[in-house]
Amino acid sequence: MLITHSRIHSDDMSFIGRIKQIAWGQVVLICALACIGFLCLYSASGGSLEPYASAQIMRFLFSLGLLFGIALIDIKWIFRSVWLLYGGTLFLLILVDLLGHVGMGAQRWLDLGIIKLQPSELAKVTTVMALARYYHGKELADIRKIKNLLIPGLIMLAPVALVVTQPDLGTGMAIIFAGTAMLFVAGVPFWLFILGICSAVAAVPIAWQFLREYQKNRVLTFLNPESDPLGAGFHITQSKIALGSGGFTGKGFLEGTQTHLNFLPEKHTDFIFTLWAEEWGFLGGVGLLLLIGMIILYGYWIAFRCRNHFTRLLAFGLTVNFSVYAIVNIGMVMGLLPVVGIPLPLMSYGGTAMLTVMMAFGLIQCCNIHRDSRLPRGF
Amino acid sequence: MDRDQEKIDSFTRRAFIVGGLQGFGLSVLGWRLSWLQLVEGERYTTLAENNRINVRIIPPSRGQIVDRYGVPLATNLQNFQVLVTQEQTEDSEKTLRDLQSVITVDEADIQKALKLIKRNPSYVPVEVRDNLAWEDVSKIELNLPHLPGVTVQAGELRSYPYKDATAHLVGYVGRVSDVDKMNDKLLSLPGFQVGKSAVEKKYDLDLRGKAGRAEMEVNVHGRPVRQLGIDPAIQGARLVLSIDAEFQRFVQQRLSTERSASAVVMDVETGEVYACVSHPAFDPNSFSGGISTMDWEQLRDDPTHPLNNKAISGVYPPGSTFKIVTALAGLESGDINRNWSVFCPGHYDLGKTRFHCWKAGGHGTVNVVDALAHSCDTFFYKMAHQIGFDKIAQMARRLGVGQLFDFDLPEEKAGLIPDTKWKREVKGEVWHTGESLVSAIGQGAVLSTPLQLATMLSRVVNGGKEVKPWLAGFANDKPLSISLTGTFPEIGISKRNLDIVRQGMEAVLQQGGTAYGSRISEPGMSMGGKTGTSQVKRITMAERARGVTRQEDLPWHLRHHALFVGYAPTENPKYACCVVVDHGIGGSAAAAPIAKDIMLEVQKRDPKSKKLEGTG
Repeated sequence: MLITHSRIHSDDMSFIGRIKQIAWGQVVLICALACIGFLCLYSASGGSLEPYASAQIMRFLFSLGLLFGIALIDIKWIFRSVWLLYGGTLFLLILVDLLGHVGMGAQRWLDLGIIKLQPSELAKVTTVMALARYYHGKELADIRKIKNLLIPGLIMLAPVALVVTQPDLGTGMAIIFAGTAMLFVAGVPFWLFILGICSAVAAVPIAWQFLREYQKNRVLTFLNPESDPLGAGFHITQSKIALGSGGFTGKGFLEGTQTHLNFLPEKHTDFIFTLWAEEWGFLGGVGLLLLIGMIILYGYWIAFRCRNHFTRLLAFGLTVNFSVYAIVNIGMVMGLLPVVGIPLPLMSYGGTAMLTVMMAFGLIQCCNIHRDSRLPRGF
Repeated sequence: MDRDQEKIDSFTRRAFIVGGLQGFGLSVLGWRLSWLQLVEGERYTTLAENNRINVRIIPPSRGQIVDRYGVPLATNLQNFQVLVTQEQTEDSEKTLRDLQSVITVDEADIQKALKLIKRNPSYVPVEVRDNLAWEDVSKIELNLPHLPGVTVQAGELRSYPYKDATAHLVGYVGRVSDVDKMNDKLLSLPGFQVGKSAVEKKYDLDLRGKAGRAEMEVNVHGRPVRQLGIDPAIQGARLVLSIDAEFQRFVQQRLSTERSASAVVMDVETGEVYACVSHPAFDPNSFSGGISTMDWEQLRDDPTHPLNNKAISGVYPPGSTFKIVTALAGLESGDINRNWSVFCPGHYDLGKTRFHCWKAGGHGTVNVVDALAHSCDTFFYKMAHQIGFDKIAQMARRLGVGQLFDFDLPEEKAGLIPDTKWKREVKGEVWHTGESLVSAIGQGAVLSTPLQLATMLSRVVNGGKEVKPWLAGFANDKPLSISLTGTFPEIGISKRNLDIVRQGMEAVLQQGGTAYGSRISEPGMSMGGKTGTSQVKRITMAERARGVTRQEDLPWHLRHHALFVGYAPTENPKYACCVVVDHGIGGSAAAAPIAKDIMLEVQKRDPKSKKLEGTG
């Protein structure tokens, strides 16, 4: 046993005891990142709380409550209802495909009256939960067998297939990233991943045939943004100009010319990092990257502390999920990756994204609180 | 729990690999950020500034043109334009129709505006009509609440208060042609106008002024957000002309009794042009707002050439006015003197060819003064036969006939003084003696402009100084004429011979002279001069036989031109003039009476006594 001095107390933890077990450090970091988001949204609306910042603050406060709520749920309840949640998500995804609301050229929302539910957001979380649940009781020897790759493969690819047909390529790729990372840490043989990467590269030309016109355009303009400086490449070019002109110390709060003269597109959603780095410069940008890095490290720390495989894998998978979103989004606005329409978690304006990210962190906190719980083996 | 431990170890190892990848990803982002913001920061800062700042050119106000007393000849009027901004309208076509019910707007203008609206971003105001009258402006202002997106803007419109009286001098402005637009942002401004003729063209750069710049911060759509800095435009120079505007108008009205005529009045010493009129003319104001094709064609095709300034670009055989030059050439060459006489039987025979004097009965015995007074052709035939035409041509050039003066109007023409060399080189033919005879009386190939004839006379009566005519005096304080800073050199003609010619020109206005009827007898005022009648078409022997000799019976365009050059007063001359009545038949009958009125008026007004405005 590596961890010899830890106490086993989770089964009979009191409410107060659970609150004490919350990893407050990560909560503080999350709040800091969200607050940076509020500043950016305040600037995006030209120095006003309306229309973005105030709404985002309300959502964050609500989501923060949800985070604590989830964190304090007994992990056994969650453990038992994983399949139900995963199945429900698949059902909702199918529902969206059938009667989904058409918006932005993609069917992504279920209009529930009060909020527009985005099942693809839920899928990011429930897929990770399902994989963690699947591998919880498996022996390493079984995991290494190829034939046992079928079920986790299906768990991962079923929601991906439904999400991609919506079409929401960004979310689909994020689920694949997180899912693959989980398969990897669960112990699936190394050579399989090498093979997978190779076949993925080989599949690119075939996949190209199935892409929609705007998705092809995004990739093409990413490869050569100058080819169409006023059209589709405009976003990337202007984002790079905004970032570059920020310099070392930035142009100052509310002073970002690219932002305030509307040269920067989607500044309150996908390109919010650009807004921040234009106004706060290299110092602000690197600070933000460090903050994101610390949140990820915290997730790893929690995962390593967990004494059962479910929470360990769950905390890890959700952390990877968060990091994939952050890295892909920032890489995209810097012109390193194609524009795939992925928001920056905790900062980008938007309700569902905020809700799911906070739910995920709630689950990570829950893992932390119940890191020593005993969970039954078996399927 | 060894199997569990193995699972945990595997997880830990592999999680470190994934974590390492994430750390690598974040490091790449940090490296990329430093590349963009630290290494390339300056380049991107420039790009961002270029995005942000839009420089707008502020057109300068065009300089005024005034006469010698400061009376405006060309000014700028406020030009009210009605504009429509699409984004402020609900339906731009409906707004235009509503506008049409308030003021008159041509269907063509509506269609043009609709086309422009489609082509431009929605926030760009598009011109619907300009040159709005005051009533139209107030009608629009009154109805503005019902006309969303409609605005009235005050621009500048060139205005010429003296209208056709100064049209040929001042010229007019027009839209920039595409050739002129090259690389000049100011010229590319919509609606910017440049000088198209006369002084407006010649001094366009002075009059244009300097464009200002306004730096505007613009958003992604190019819409100005706020003004960053302004460098105001500098108005064009105020141009002072030597013209006496009221006198100019007087001359123009006097000439308007004729179908087509021109006149120049200038200072014999300084070369200042006090009046320079070509009749008929046009109203340059009709050009400022754009002239209709029909009006333009009518002006262009008129046989009296209203668009041309005949005083400087009309080339006429000078006729008998050229005898002043011929006489001086003879006297200066020493071949003749005051007493050298010729008997005029009404013709001069050169071999088998007979050259007729205008007076069929002949003038009897005449010396040079009589020959000028009575305009005897025979005297000059004989003299030219004796001295040849090259000496006369040389004198003509020294006196300015057939010469360009680098006058202030770009339309100035040179005319022609032929000689043996010219004949040989240009025509490739030998000069015949007969041509000397014809040229000596200002016919044949000799061509001159009224401006040249006035200048020639000025040089004769000012004691032989090489005066040059000019119009433009000052651009702001900058003197434009050499006569304002120095004096004209001597030509080198003896005063005695000049006096002999002046005696002849005084005799023209005395009893028996060809222009006695046009003499000035007001106390203290007088005039000397020379009549001229130049053939447009020779009367053929056949016509003579048929009896069609009366000029009045010929079609207008074939009749003789009537000319008169005059100076005043006879003692210490100040003013010289040249009057040409196109196809006016006779110099003494048609041109001299006009010259009399003009020279009387100029002596009364005496513009020479008042210095050019702007000198002080």
